[in-house]
Amino acid sequence: MDALNSLMDGFATALTPVNLLWAALGVLLGTAIGVLPGIGPAMAVALLLPVTYGLEPIGAFIMFAGIYYGAMFGGSTTSILLNTPGESAAVVAAMEGNPMAKAGRGAQALAAAAIGHFAGGLIGTLLLVALAPTVADLAVDIGAPDYFAIMVLAFIAVTSVLGSSRIRGLASLLIGLTLGLVGLDQMTGQQRLTFGSLQLADGIDVVIVAVGLFAIGEALWVAAHLRRSPGKPIPVGRPWLGREDVRRTWKSWLRGPLIGFPFGAIPAGGAEIPTFLSYATEKRLSKHKDDWGKGAIEGVAGPESAASASAAGTLVSMLTLGLPTTAVAAVMLAAFQQYGIQPGPLLFEREPDLVWGLIASLFVGMVLLLALNLPLAPVWAKLLRIPRPYLYAGILFFAAVGAYAVGGEVIDLVILLIIGLIGFGMRRYGLPVLPAVIGVILGPNAEQQLRRALQISDGSVSGLVNTPFAVTVYAVTALLLIWPLLRKLVTRVRAKPEPAAK
Amino acid sequence: MTTRTTDVPGTPPTPPTPPTSSDTRRAWLREHSELGVCVLLLALGVLVLTDALTMDVDITQRGPVGPKTVPVVVGVGLLVIAALLAVDVLRGGHGEAEGGEDVDLSEPADWRTVLLLAGVFLGSAVLIEPLGFPVAGALLFWGAAFALGSRRLDKDPLIAAALSLFTYVVFNNLLGVPLPGGPLMGVL
Repeated sequence: MDALNSLMDGFATALTPVNLLWAALGVLLGTAIGVLPGIGPAMAVALLLPVTYGLEPIGAFIMFAGIYYGAMFGGSTTSILLNTPGESAAVVAAMEGNPMAKAGRGAQALAAAAIGHFAGGLIGTLLLVALAPTVADLAVDIGAPDYFAIMVLAFIAVTSVLGSSRIRGLASLLIGLTLGLVGLDQMTGQQRLTFGSLQLADGIDVVIVAVGLFAIGEALWVAAHLRRSPGKPIPVGRPWLGREDVRRTWKSWLRGPLIGFPFGAIPAGGAEIPTFLSYATEKRLSKHKDDWGKGAIEGVAGPESAASASAAGTLVSMLTLGLPTTAVAAVMLAAFQQYGIQPGPLLFEREPDLVWGLIASLFVGMVLLLALNLPLAPVWAKLLRIPRPYLYAGILFFAAVGAYAVGGEVIDLVILLIIGLIGFGMRRYGLPVLPAVIGVILGPNAEQQLRRALQISDGSVSGLVNTPFAVTVYAVTALLLIWPLLRKLVTRVRAKPEPAAK
Repeated sequence: MTTRTTDVPGTPPTPPTPPTSSDTRRAWLREHSELGVCVLLLALGVLVLTDALTMDVDITQRGPVGPKTVPVVVGVGLLVIAALLAVDVLRGGHGEAEGGEDVDLSEPADWRTVLLLAGVFLGSAVLIEPLGFPVAGALLFWGAAFALGSRRLDKDPLIAAALSLFTYVVFNNLLGVPLPGGPLMGVL
């Protein structure tokens, strides 16, 4: 029960007054930003990154964890009361939650979502405590070829699993890799894509890329297509659940994490797939099939619980392997790198205080969130009425603060705008943003591992596949790559010729 | 990489030749404006390759893979993807524009707002050093809100000033992230 002892130490860290304050501030900010329409967790975390610059790493990550979970809690409020989810994972919450709100059961929908997040987060984080040290132990011996294999898997997964078009996913990834190349080569000091500029020699800060693509790109994109009459949020009272509601939902809350957690840990696009799977499962198992589509409470409880658990699963791969499986994890990884900390198997050995303090603060954050969200939901719902010009002007404002705070350089703001315009173009032409962000963050690292592996093997390509771990990872990658071909074959066998549109 | 290029890239200044053919050509280009993305990817690929191939690498290269290899792979990848995307677009594939809470895709894109926002952003970036963050930040917020259609002359500047000053104090004095105060903070 080593993990339990470490967790207790973690609580000792997380429960100091100062860290408790950061956790509370994090969940408050996270919920507020998450409730704001148009801001998903990834943008919330990217925008709030500069808030943590002046803090010690532990305080910063405790605050970060609060922001992450808070943004998810807040996001479901937007989905349920406004029916216009900001991110794909929240789509499911709107499917049953919004009809409930329309039928005057918004309070129950919010309660089912909040408790679902709490249950999912709690179970997910417990699984994280149980599994992460084991995974880290197993992974502790992995070397450069294995890391490179993992990163290749991340690249392929993020371009293949997400979105509708692989070509566009790959294009986005390559744009990210290109941005990651800018600066001095880490091994030889060779200048690459700097065009002789001293500013570019430092490379483009990943924070600026993340804020530019997520925040500026989104704000400009929305500005070009701003809805003249934004949706009216449905007014709601204090969330509560009747006995009948609890009877219908408790199993859904418990089932959600079983679906969400494993999907969060693998690079399969985060909460999107598990929430849909959970929705489908709950629908199949429901005794109240007539309610579906008109406001079935299980359809809110299960998916929201799955979403939170998948966030915990995401942290397993992020902390133990340094592998970001979602946009939020990618931004968090960037934050770790800001402090010169490299997440990976050694993190649990080198920075036990930080890791376990972070994990313990997840529990603290969840309790705080439940306490904040149940009684205060009507207050948060008021944020939905914010005039859109203020909202998007505010996003631009805080994006500028964040980019400027990185190094106090005006040129960073110009780069931020340019990357924002790239993000705008990507949204216009259906290039997913996440592969680009993953490319910037993992690209330089992947190159280093590749070169290190080949250095060890003295240039022989076999040096990349000489461990069972790497071979396994490449097999999974290959499976991901040929999966659409297989599926096409299957559909062809079923004699349903489909036009090769993609 | 300007917004203009992402709009209707490569639209030539149409000569006053037969209006019908130029009209159809323009319609075709508009329909296939995604080809502009291919052009940009192609240009980026060429840029990355040129940079990689003109690199001086006789300085201490450690290991068999030098600083050139990965840029070459990325550059070639960009060229290949540009070609594949072009084929996909010509075959009728198209990337779906991203939806969202406040996004109304039924209306054509409002370029004026986007350019205005970009201008306001650049302007504030330039002003941040001479005027200090509180003033430049307030101008950014007010300008952006104005560009987005807010015309409350009584409220907007006040909100902008309060937000900017508050952010400055929180970051500079509480969170320990220094921001330039400018002459205004010198006076206060």
